[in-house]
Amino acid sequence: MNNPAEEGGSGSDSEPRAIVAGHAAFSEGLVSAVEHIAGAGGIFLPLSNTGLGAEEIESVFRGAATQHGITVFFTDLPGGSATLAVRRIMRSDASIVLVTGANLATLLEFAFHAADEPVEAARRAAEKGRASLMAHGGP
Amino acid sequence: MGIVLYRIDDRLIHGQVVVGWGQPLDIGFIVLVDDNVATCDWEQDLYRMGVPPEMEIVFATVDEAVRTHESMRADVRHGILVTPDIETMRRFVGRVSDVLEVNVGGIHHRSGRVQKMRYVFLAPPEESELRSLIESGVRVTAQDVPTARPVPMAEVLGPRPGGEKP
Repeated sequence: MNNPAEEGGSGSDSEPRAIVAGHAAFSEGLVSAVEHIAGAGGIFLPLSNTGLGAEEIESVFRGAATQHGITVFFTDLPGGSATLAVRRIMRSDASIVLVTGANLATLLEFAFHAADEPVEAARRAAEKGRASLMAHGGP
Repeated sequence: MGIVLYRIDDRLIHGQVVVGWGQPLDIGFIVLVDDNVATCDWEQDLYRMGVPPEMEIVFATVDEAVRTHESMRADVRHGILVTPDIETMRRFVGRVSDVLEVNVGGIHHRSGRVQKMRYVFLAPPEESELRSLIESGVRVTAQDVPTARPVPMAEVLGPRPGGEKP
């Protein structure tokens, strides 16, 4: 397992490997939690859709992905504006991988496998995030 | 029943619409009125992805929306009609007689636009068009989410600058 906190190569000071995007401070909060837990917040570039129209969201996301050579996106709602923007980017860039409905477990899994092949790491992260959703208690 | 919200939102269908308004209003269908989206299968697939299976989504040009408005209004479900811009909403409202209120949900920053509210930016032609909509008797309020206070756009815009014709 690649532990970014131990290896130091993919920790907070490293080049981001994935973009986390969503409403308001969703991405900032999640990335902050990843940093707090694993010291690996630097693997992710948090972006928000706040104050942006559809075209601007796409433009900001595309620019950030190009600038950092990122091909993996994590977004919040499957039908949210962040997700729609990434889907538009995917139309012209087949290398992009998108995971929707991202949660903390998703990002932590990716952080620990960020050096792996991006598609495989993203799929594994999606599975981990899905498996983390449970309801406990009740009569 | 029928259409319970006529909304201008440049993001069209997204979290605020489907979840923010969709849940409390118990929305059963959304009519997306956009001449471009109505003729593009790829865009339609994109927006379908954002709508839960129990919610129907209808794509319409302005002409089609005008033609089918009566049946939309008679629908037993609650619906939202959304347009991407003021111009599209004004074209629609101008050809039907029974739209009394329009919600401005999001017109975001773009070159040439001036900020009026946190989520409302208008270029001068858009501002003029919005004033015309208001002057036609439609109550236009800005409200991004249901829990926010609806703000009358007439108050936000103030009187027309001197000499400006509607």
